[in-house]
Order: sequence, then C-alpha cells, then structure tokens
Amino acid sequence: MANKIGRVPVREQDPKVRATNFEEVCYGYDAQEAQLEASRCLHCKNPRCVAACPVSVKIPEFIALVKDGDFAGAAAKIAEDSSLPAVCGRVCPQETQCEGSCILGVKGESVAIGKLERFVADWNRENKSASAPAFVSNGHKVAIVGSGPAGLACASDLAKLGYEVTVFEALHKAGGVLEYGIPEFRLPKEKVVASEIASVKDLGVKFETNVIIGRTVTIDQLMDREGFEAVFVGTGAGLPRFMGIPGENFNGVFSANEFLTRNNLMKAYRPDYLTPIHAGKKVCVVGGGNVAMDAARTALRLGAEVTIVYRRTEVELPARKEEVHHAKEEGIEFAMLTNPVEILGDDKGWVRAIKCIRMELGEPDASGRRSPVEIPGSEFEIETETVIMALGTSPNPLIAKTTAGLETSRRGCLVADEAGATTRPGIFAGGDAVSGAATVILAMGAGRRAAAAIDAYLQSK
Amino acid sequence: MLTPTICKMEVEAPRLAAAALPGQFLIVRADEKGERVPLTISDYDAAKGTVTIVTQKIGASSADIISYEPGEAFADVVGPLGIASEFTEMPAEQLAQQRYVFIAGGVGTAPVYPQAKWLHEHGVAVDVIIGAKTKDLLIYVDQMREACDNLYICTDDGSEGFHGLVTALLEKLVAEGKEYTQAVAIGPMIMMKFATLTAKKLQLPIIVSLNTLMVDGTGMCGACRVTVGGKTRFACVEGPEFDGYEVDFDEAMRRQRQYVAEETEARENHVCRIGRGK
Repeated sequence: MANKIGRVPVREQDPKVRATNFEEVCYGYDAQEAQLEASRCLHCKNPRCVAACPVSVKIPEFIALVKDGDFAGAAAKIAEDSSLPAVCGRVCPQETQCEGSCILGVKGESVAIGKLERFVADWNRENKSASAPAFVSNGHKVAIVGSGPAGLACASDLAKLGYEVTVFEALHKAGGVLEYGIPEFRLPKEKVVASEIASVKDLGVKFETNVIIGRTVTIDQLMDREGFEAVFVGTGAGLPRFMGIPGENFNGVFSANEFLTRNNLMKAYRPDYLTPIHAGKKVCVVGGGNVAMDAARTALRLGAEVTIVYRRTEVELPARKEEVHHAKEEGIEFAMLTNPVEILGDDKGWVRAIKCIRMELGEPDASGRRSPVEIPGSEFEIETETVIMALGTSPNPLIAKTTAGLETSRRGCLVADEAGATTRPGIFAGGDAVSGAATVILAMGAGRRAAAAIDAYLQSK
Repeated sequence: MLTPTICKMEVEAPRLAAAALPGQFLIVRADEKGERVPLTISDYDAAKGTVTIVTQKIGASSADIISYEPGEAFADVVGPLGIASEFTEMPAEQLAQQRYVFIAGGVGTAPVYPQAKWLHEHGVAVDVIIGAKTKDLLIYVDQMREACDNLYICTDDGSEGFHGLVTALLEKLVAEGKEYTQAVAIGPMIMMKFATLTAKKLQLPIIVSLNTLMVDGTGMCGACRVTVGGKTRFACVEGPEFDGYEVDFDEAMRRQRQYVAEETEARENHVCRIGRGK
C-alpha cells in the first residue's frame, strides 16, 4: 500500500514571488511529509543508493528511522558518514547519485532522499539539545588550509579523534564555496552554513580567517615554527576561466565568481552593505553548470532579464536538474547549441552584444558527451548589457608555488593518492584542489579520507 | 591625517608585518558591511608587528576606513598580497649596478616609500620625484628625503618645487645629465600612463603598480584583469607591478570606472554609520 503513493511533493516559494527575493526557494518537508515520503522506501537488500553515494550514507537505515519518527536517531545515522547533511541535502546532484539509482525510479519516481536528508539535518539543528562532548586533546596539531567542504569534513573527523585542529581561511568568513559561491536562495548562510561551522567549532576546531597560506605564512612556517605536524590542503578550485575570445575585457563582462562573490559573501543584494554589483536590464550567462544557474538566477533577482547561453543541449547541462527546473520556472531563457565567439562593445567600452555561432552535436568526446561543432556561417548577435562567464574554475597555484616538494598535474591540480597523501610527507590534500572543480559531497568525502590518512600517518610516526 | 583627505594609519597585524615586502598590498574591510578595499603597503615593521597604510577619501568605503580612530580595530585586514617588487629578488651584483628613479603621484607617494627605503638601505642609487596638485597635498616629504639620494618635488601650480608635471621634471633631470637604469611610477592610472610615455621617449624601462578593482585579491574574481603585452593578466596575483611599456592603460582606466554608477548611487544614499553598530 505504502509503495503505491507517489513522491511527496515539496513545498516551494512561488516562482513569481521568489524571482524578486533571495530567500530559500525550497521550504523542505515537515515531519508528517517526511514520514510519509520515508514510507515509500523499499529497503532493498542490496541498496543501490548507498553504493551510488560518494560517502556511502546508510540511506535505507536513516529512512527507516525517519518513518518511525526517530529523527534524532536518523541524524545520528547520517552523521556516521556525512559531516554536512544540511548542505548536501540541498546541493548534492541526487539525480545522478542516490536517487538516480533508486529502484523506484525505474518505473516511477525515486524516493526523495535528498529532501529527507535535508529534513533530518534541519530538524536536528532546530531540536538538538546535547552539546558536543568536551574536547580532549591527543597532543598533536594539524593545520587545515581552506574552510570549504573538504576542510570542514577533514577538521571535524580529526577533532573527534582528539587532534588540535586549526583551519586557515583566506577570506574574512569561513565556508569557502558554501559562503562565496552558492547563493542564499539555495543554501541559507546564517541558518545552514553558519550553524554547520558552529558545530565544527563545538568539536574544538579553531578557525583563523584572513590568513592566506603561501602569503601570510607558508606551509613550511606552519610546520617548522608553529608546530603543526600535518597539513591538509583543501583550497578548492577558485580561479575563474574565461573563453579567450575578443572583447572579454569590455566593461560589463564578469566571471561568475566575481558576480556571485559580490552578492553572496559581500551581500551586494542587501541595501545596508556597500558592495556594488552590476547586472543591468539584460544579462547573458555563458555556461551550463550549477554556477551558471546560480549566476543567472541571482541576476534575475537583481532585476535583469536573463539568458543562459550553452553550447550543447538541455540533456548535457551539467547542472542539477532541480536548478534547471527552478531557473525555467523563474523565467530564465535558454539559448542552447549556441556559443559566443566575440563580445561586442559600444564606443565607451561597455558590452553591447555577444556574437554567437550556432552549434550542432557531433561525435561523443572523451567524457562520453557528444561534442558541439560549429555550424559555419550561422553567426548572430544577442543584445546584452552584461555577460557573466561561468565556464568552470581551476585550482589556485599559490600553495604549490610556495611549498617545495608538492607536485601538480598539467591541469594545475595537486597530485595526491586516493587517501589524500601528496608528494610530500605530512602534507595531504583533497577536494577540488586535487580533482578540479567537482561537488560538495566529493570534496567532503576526500576530506574524510584524508583525516583517516592523517591519523594513520601521525600514529605511526 | 596627512592632508584633509589623506590619512595614514598604522595597523597591528603581526603575521602580515613579518611577511610583507615592498610592492605588495593588503586588503582592509572596515566593518561587517564594508567593501574589501585593496591598499598598497606603505611601510611595515616586523618587530612592532605593524603595517602602515595611507588612504585617500574617495568613496563611501575609503571614508569609512578613514573614520577609524587610534585604538579601534578594523573588521578584517589580510595580506600581504601580490608579488613583491622585482628588485627584492635581484642578485646583489646586478642590484648594485642599478640607478632607480621613482615617480610618485599624490597618494601613490606612500607605497613608493618602502621601495625607496629598501633600495637605499641596500646601497642602491635612488632618486625620487614626488608630484602633487599643490603644496598642501604633498605627503611623505621628510620621510622620503631620508630614504633616497635626491628628492625632487613638483606641483601643478608651482606652490612648491618645480612648476609642472612629474613627466616634465623627469625629462628635465635626464636632460641635465642624470642617468637612470630603471624608473618606477606609482600614482593615479593617468599619471602612470604619461610617465610610461615619457620613459619610452627617454628609452628608460619603467615599472608601474596597478591599483585595479578587486574583490578577494587572491585570483578568484578576475575583476582586476588587465591587458599586458596583449595578454589578460590578473593584477592581484600576477602583479600588481608590471612593465609599463606593455600595459594597456586606456583599458585599465576604463575598467577602473566599472562600478562608478553604482558607487555614486551608494555615496548619495550612504548614511554615515557612526558607531558602526558597536
């Protein structure tokens, strides 16, 4: 009987209303909805969802606890494998991971695993009574470089093992991409990010913001002068890419990183903050990932008409399905099979239009996706005031440049093994700094594996 | 206050002071709601654990920075950022053969000081030209005199020193027989552009320090992109100092004004936050 019901819909802000504010789009399940949705799980003997989760959250087990109304128990079950459930429940690409493997999804709709995870994490945050056990040091100091998902996960695990952990952050606020990259309407900063960081602090982890490792102090100084016995580098992939086409330096062309950092970290959307931001009336966002969706929906909320320009088709969009769906609901236009070849400026040096060329899909490339091929002679112009480039990011070379013995790949990523050990003993790395731009959950998984490797390394010393 | 609109501040930041070198910059955020403002480091004292910054009141953010009184603390100070001046890495032999001339314009005089001082302390020949609109806007005159071999002053209105622009004074010095191997210009973008044109005419290599827009200062945002030698460079991590001959100054000046409309609006609507929410 229970399995006959469809996926319980989740309440969301009305698209017309939310297009004008920065509050969270999705309200999430309440207890009753969550228990009903949890009742849909078949509790497969061989749960494919667990195998498809990069950190192997015990999904059927936590869902069973939700069904029984034991939300604290469910939270504890998730916490065995994930350190940031309130974040992952919101930003994981569930459709290609857990939910994409759910047996119910073969004929109908998969269990809303992400929404259930989010419900449990939010419930736990609002209802948790017991504070973390008092920190007992094991006498070893570990430095974490970067306070994004990889660093936070690594720091939590090490602190639980008794390590004295200090997280160094270059910006003025901890959280990394959770703070500067993902917008408020998808991941609330105070309610979710700040409280996740507060719980890491409760474990005994120290945070030092405004410290740029490689400039303010080097890794060698941390190890030689400040007594850190191991270092984890989770510096992410923060350098924006541009297309290298003519006109990219006209005024009004921004990286998605700049646009999003101004609005998220620097709160440009709030009138009480001084940060300026420029969207204008018409914005084109180039790219098809989550960052492109985030930039487009941010520009929309700042009052612009927005078009996403993508060189493949909707099927190949790398963004989460939910974000594409939300973007469309909110009125974002999509120009598919379209690629910019030049940005055109006016006589004052401001963007006036982008010159694009139509594309068609050719043979599959190395990634298995059909690669876009230009249709000769199909150039046309799209009038626009602002162009936002969301073409992906690369790791910052600063740490590799200022630390002897750290090797990087040709793509500028740090070389590290599966456990996170780099080419220099005592220095570990994980997340986007090693993999190149990927997801929060993969970074978190890498941080956790590195924590285990750091523990093994220091215990054997 | 060095002038009615230019303020010098010593900021306690021990790690930053210990790591700072001439040519680098830092970022200050006055309070929770302020911008991240990049400022070139004007002096540093590792023993005292302090760095010196000099700010001119331009917009709402610089006005907020200047409003701080001794003993108060900024919300955030981070650095040092950018690559240090080329000479800090130069082999001693090569350095000994150099004869530097610095061209300092307005508030850009302050970041010239640690560079001149460093060279002077290392026994390298250093002359400094300071230019300002008028006598009252000259800063760092006495300190600079101690940090170089010859100090030359010029004002647009002739109220002190040479009557004319820094470029005319540089030409005059060279015409009188001064021989330099390297010029360094720091000041308003327009002044660096013309200093570069003059240096080119004199066949003198010139380095300029670009004060572009920035958000993070660590290579993340790309707001600071400049075209140098036909290639896009990030001033925050690949600069701030570049070969003046290669810089596209017209583009740099245009890009610097990217948020002028928004900032004018902010200034007009800016409510002075006295007490700053404390």
